[in-house]
Amino acid sequence: MDFLYETILAVTWQQAVMWLIGFVLIFLAIKKDMEPTLLLPMGFGTLLVNIPGVDAILEEGAITTLYNAGIANELFPLMLFIGIGAMIDFGPLLANPKLMIFGAAAQFGIFFTLCLASMFFGDNEAASIAIIGAADGPTAISVSNKLNCDPGIRGAIMVAAYSYMALVPIIQPPVIKLLTTKKERLIRMDNQAKPVSQTTKILFPIVIFMISALVAPSAASLVFFLMFGNLIRECGVLNSLSDTAQKVLANLVTIFLGISISIQMTGDKFLQPTTLLVLGLGLFAFIFDTAGGVLLAKFLNLFLKKKINPMIGAAGISAFPMSGRIVHKMGLKEDPQNFLLMHSIGVNVSGQIASVVAGGMILSIFMG
Amino acid sequence: MNFNPERFVEMLPNMGFGMLGIFVVIGAIVVSTYVLNAIFSRNKQ
Repeated sequence: MDFLYETILAVTWQQAVMWLIGFVLIFLAIKKDMEPTLLLPMGFGTLLVNIPGVDAILEEGAITTLYNAGIANELFPLMLFIGIGAMIDFGPLLANPKLMIFGAAAQFGIFFTLCLASMFFGDNEAASIAIIGAADGPTAISVSNKLNCDPGIRGAIMVAAYSYMALVPIIQPPVIKLLTTKKERLIRMDNQAKPVSQTTKILFPIVIFMISALVAPSAASLVFFLMFGNLIRECGVLNSLSDTAQKVLANLVTIFLGISISIQMTGDKFLQPTTLLVLGLGLFAFIFDTAGGVLLAKFLNLFLKKKINPMIGAAGISAFPMSGRIVHKMGLKEDPQNFLLMHSIGVNVSGQIASVVAGGMILSIFMG
Repeated sequence: MNFNPERFVEMLPNMGFGMLGIFVVIGAIVVSTYVLNAIFSRNKQ
């Protein structure tokens, strides 16, 4: 009869703590609606991988096989990028291309965190932690894999990358308020959108791919899959494929991604002091990204006649479309007649492009 | 894990290169987008 309770007796305190973390992830996914497609499989997977002697995480186990098939070789993040690319409408950005500069500025947190993290970790680990600030899970996974980051902190990086994306409504508003005055938050912006031709929309993803891939070839595959997704959306002859990419493909890959990531959530790997440090540095990256975008807008306002509402700079992180919507809502809260959505979403999609480019820059610097 | 504060300063050039690289790429994309808009909106007219 020993077999009935020998597994229970083999549970370590680390595994029990991980169960709690698993339950928290499930709670956040279901009750708080925070990235449920990812946090739910991740939370449930965390329960599984912390059962003593479970075969799913052995060499030939189901989760290990899934991890090797989709994360170790970066297939899942790239497939997910097709879905994300198909979801993005670059229209607001094409109507006002200069907004892209805020997407670039909002990557400041990545590189500032790189400097901070390098005080505690080796180059590859510091770079992998810094990329949490891209607010872009697939890029974080891809960069940490390519840099062969220490598996001990990879789980924390993935958890931070995805959970902070969900925490954008909590993290960004206080930072924006701290860096802007009420007068600045009340600045109204012109909402007259310039028409964009369909040909421009079709050529845009191709041009972005060519430029990014030629300057940062390490990020070529990331940019390719993102822009391929957008091309099937805009080309007008693959509408059914575009729908599938946006819904079925993105959802399926996210589920597999969440379950596969949970293999990194075993108590012995995750419950380390370094995990807390990684989570803290990831938060720094998010905060400084937000600050980078806002401060650039404030700086430009010193020279511009037609002022920019500096809040839109904060949307330059790539948490799309959440960040753009948060800025819009903050604008409405200050002045119910101030509609910033078109600008903030334009900046937000530029953040998606810039974060992938930032990933490419990190890879170019550290892979040589 | 060690604490080496001097690494912060050592890493600053990488921060500079990275940010410069992003602005160069994004700048090139902005210029290309203006060109695309100029060519194809003119054709439309």
